[in-house]
Amino acid sequence: METLEPILAAHPFFTGMSPELLKLLVGCASNVKYDAGDFISREGQDASEFFIIRQGKVALELFSPTHGPITVETLEDGEVMGWSWLLPPYRSHFDARAVVLTRAIRFDGKCLRGKLEEDHHLGYEMLKRFVKIIVERLSATRLQLLDIYGTRV
Amino acid sequence: MEPVFDSKAAPKEAVLTPMAPEIFRVEKYRKETHDTYTLELRPASGTAEHQFRAGQFNMLYKFGVGEAAISISGNPSLANPLIHTIRAVGAVTKAISKLKAGDTIGVRGPFGSCWPVQEAIGNDVLIIAGGIGLAPLRPVIYQVLAERRKYGKVFLLYGTRTPDDLLYRGELEKWRARFDMEVLATVDRASSDWHGNVGVVTTLLKKLVLDPDNTVAMVCGPEIMMRFVAMDLIKKDFGLDRIYVSMERNMKCGIGLCGHCQYGPTFICKDGPVYAYDRVIGLLARREI
Repeated sequence: METLEPILAAHPFFTGMSPELLKLLVGCASNVKYDAGDFISREGQDASEFFIIRQGKVALELFSPTHGPITVETLEDGEVMGWSWLLPPYRSHFDARAVVLTRAIRFDGKCLRGKLEEDHHLGYEMLKRFVKIIVERLSATRLQLLDIYGTRV
Repeated sequence: MEPVFDSKAAPKEAVLTPMAPEIFRVEKYRKETHDTYTLELRPASGTAEHQFRAGQFNMLYKFGVGEAAISISGNPSLANPLIHTIRAVGAVTKAISKLKAGDTIGVRGPFGSCWPVQEAIGNDVLIIAGGIGLAPLRPVIYQVLAERRKYGKVFLLYGTRTPDDLLYRGELEKWRARFDMEVLATVDRASSDWHGNVGVVTTLLKKLVLDPDNTVAMVCGPEIMMRFVAMDLIKKDFGLDRIYVSMERNMKCGIGLCGHCQYGPTFICKDGPVYAYDRVIGLLARREI
């Protein structure tokens, strides 16, 4: 039976990760599909997973009573979604909604946390990859906050 | 290091009477967004032609109010009409925004250096615009598409504050529909009925497969945006001489005499506004300039 291992190995997020470590991760991974408009996660709910988007587009939204849902970021093919599963209290901070038909690989956060605690080498490899993404998104968010296209800057 | 392209050598047509405005008449006025509009101008004399190169600007004179430096956003291969896209932010641009078809305006120019459109022949072209920064780059797009076979891949990345701030929406759709050009737009924030990208323009770069040794990047937008875009391009192994930016300062005379737009050892109105990044990287980091 074909496993998800070759798909993970080809993904930029896992570049440089040894086959042994990838094998450990595959046990927590599954293929998922969301139709346009489906919510993948909701703000405040348990964040027990993260996703690698294989194809499609996901909007991260916050709901405002006066403005309705506001999209703060979109994620597409090859990008990683979700890091709230890493740290307590494991709650989602945004709504995540599929904008178009979206195929992804879902990782079970509880399963992963167990493996990362058991194998700190795997834990460090995963954390390095997540920190890189967090830094990139923080930097992009700071630019967004500056409102650079406005007249203030 | 020998520059691949020499922006200093960007050809500039001499303006015969650089300080005397020529009278133009507003032929068409089109509102682009809530604060941005496009003017189509024709010389009141009916005879003069206004040749320019992509990236150059004119000084537009609203009589009784003052002058403002505005990039030319039309097609360089068409002498008429003269097209300017203007954001109403200051006294002059707000006054110009009130002009109607038939009204007159003074025009001096064209001034300044140009984008390396000819020099980029044979290369991929990466155009990155933020907000009103698409206006000075639109002539590049016209020129590259007019001679499409001479260039490799063509990319346009465009970022604005919201979907309502996107300029030239009709043209963006046409360019996006072409098979020989990749167009990606993003906005800083949107409601859920926007199905495009949300995030800063730099996030679009990771969606492209680029060949840094054979690509010329032309970047125009707020200075902070250009700095971050250039930083990301350098991370992707772009040489400093393959990145071009268009600088903006308070320009007055347009011919490098008054000193208002002095930028280190250069005058933006005369030596710029388009610079190869290796000429300005040291200046961008200095707060006093």
